[in-house]
Amino acid sequence: MAGDTAAVEVRGLLKRYGERTAVDGVDLEVAPGEVFALLGPNGAGKTTTVEILEGYRARDAGEVTVLGHDPAHPTPAWRARIGIVLQSVTDLSELTVAETVHHFAGYYPQPRDPDEVIATVGLTEKAGQRTRLLSGGQRRRLDVGLGILGRPELLFLDEPTTGFDPAARRLFWDLVESLAREGTTIVLTTHYLEEAERLADRVAVIADGRILEVATPAALGGRQQAHATVSWTDRDGVRRSVRTAEPTRTVAELAGTFDGEIPDLSVTRPTLEDTYLAMVGEQ
Amino acid sequence: MSTPTTTTTARQPPGTWVLGVRRVRIELLQFVRDRESAFFTMILPVLLLVVFGSAFSGEVAPGVSFSQYFLAGMLASGIVYTTFQNLAITIPQDRDVGTLKRLQGTPMPKASYFIGKVGLALVIYVVQVVAMMAVGVVLFDVRLPTDPFDWWTFTWVSLLGLTCCTLLGIAFSGLVRSGRGAPALVSPVVLVLQFTSGVFFTYDELPPWMQQMAALFPLKWLCQGMRSVFLPDAFQRQELAGSWEFGRTALILSAWAVVAAVLALRFFRWQRRDET
Repeated sequence: MAGDTAAVEVRGLLKRYGERTAVDGVDLEVAPGEVFALLGPNGAGKTTTVEILEGYRARDAGEVTVLGHDPAHPTPAWRARIGIVLQSVTDLSELTVAETVHHFAGYYPQPRDPDEVIATVGLTEKAGQRTRLLSGGQRRRLDVGLGILGRPELLFLDEPTTGFDPAARRLFWDLVESLAREGTTIVLTTHYLEEAERLADRVAVIADGRILEVATPAALGGRQQAHATVSWTDRDGVRRSVRTAEPTRTVAELAGTFDGEIPDLSVTRPTLEDTYLAMVGEQ
Repeated sequence: MSTPTTTTTARQPPGTWVLGVRRVRIELLQFVRDRESAFFTMILPVLLLVVFGSAFSGEVAPGVSFSQYFLAGMLASGIVYTTFQNLAITIPQDRDVGTLKRLQGTPMPKASYFIGKVGLALVIYVVQVVAMMAVGVVLFDVRLPTDPFDWWTFTWVSLLGLTCCTLLGIAFSGLVRSGRGAPALVSPVVLVLQFTSGVFFTYDELPPWMQQMAALFPLKWLCQGMRSVFLPDAFQRQELAGSWEFGRTALILSAWAVVAAVLALRFFRWQRRDET
């Protein structure tokens, strides 16, 4: 990644709240067009880090550039280039979806068509409804609609699918993927591992204010090289399993001894969740 | 083929004032749809006028009914309700639900938010004034002034009071920790000032220490200004200074406006204290 073209560049970021150090020397780089996920337990420093990048919070030390600009000094022109989907906001409750989106479009120099945005986030049927009557998932999609309204080059999504049912989460993921295909850089915080795995090009695991690792979801924590577990049921009906670096050889040998189907065969590698929990558990 | 000037460069978004006026509309929509807040700010003063006007039917001076006196005080209070009380309660609520944080994250000029709030206050004030005057005239035979000079006084006292109390409301909003606790902090301030500034009782009958305390705050001067509009000129002999004190009223309200502007800049917060 060329340093001067990075969408987000963070060096030695530090943030203290009184005695507590919430962010303790974080380094990050997000390339243009990348979908980057920040994973970590509650209180790990995810939201603090992201809100510093969004220009909401002051930092105590470190160098930060977001789209070539220091977020500690936000300007309207810079704000117009980023989109923010905040955690847990409940404002605008008495306005309708359409009123809200049309009004907010006026804040941006080159907004998307408000009605198209409403359609994109799947709220066309709810356009005339007061915001407070929307379900949690619909409300969140409105937040995303407002986040993408100004055609942002960089979109921040802070725990966007918390409280979604599985179907709503799938729809939301499709939406994020289509934004990513259009070239929007996306910085996502989440504590759903499957969400990071599905959406992110790279994930950073953060715990106690420090980055533990940055990698692709597939390679995180050495998952690709990890030993596989081969499990089956033997002739006496006893469940057996072995950890092996060569699962194919193990399965071939088993196939020979069983002369056909191996009862209850499974081959598993650690999931992203297993890897993640092992990483943050060591803290 | 004619080539009209195509706009390929980024269009300028609407300016601060245009967005401010659009925010007035948004604030109004939210205000009228939120029944509790609409009742609290809009109906309550009119209701108080009806209740007090009906309960106290005597005269405060020969030919001056209590209703006439009370209307002046309630119009002055209306300035405080629509600006100071309204802003000191709704801004912390805006902070709690994320309105301020969301706006802060957009390129909207910050001033547009305040233009929206001030515009809303102006609209509510005008509606309230009309409603209270109508109720006064219809139910309590209150006489409205006919002299243009009185209306001129009414206008400048209103505008100066609205400016001063708007800035005070913005400043006070920064001291309020949460939207939920805001009414409990703000209403007593307003109520005490109403009692001591001569809204519910005639000012000249209050104990001197109370008069002196009230004279430090804007509401007393707003009431006195409104009395000059709605009470006969002869009544000014009943004022402490023996006159309506227009010069001093203008001076004190202006001084408060300047102090309040400084306080507003110092104390206004876009985010909750635990978020910075």
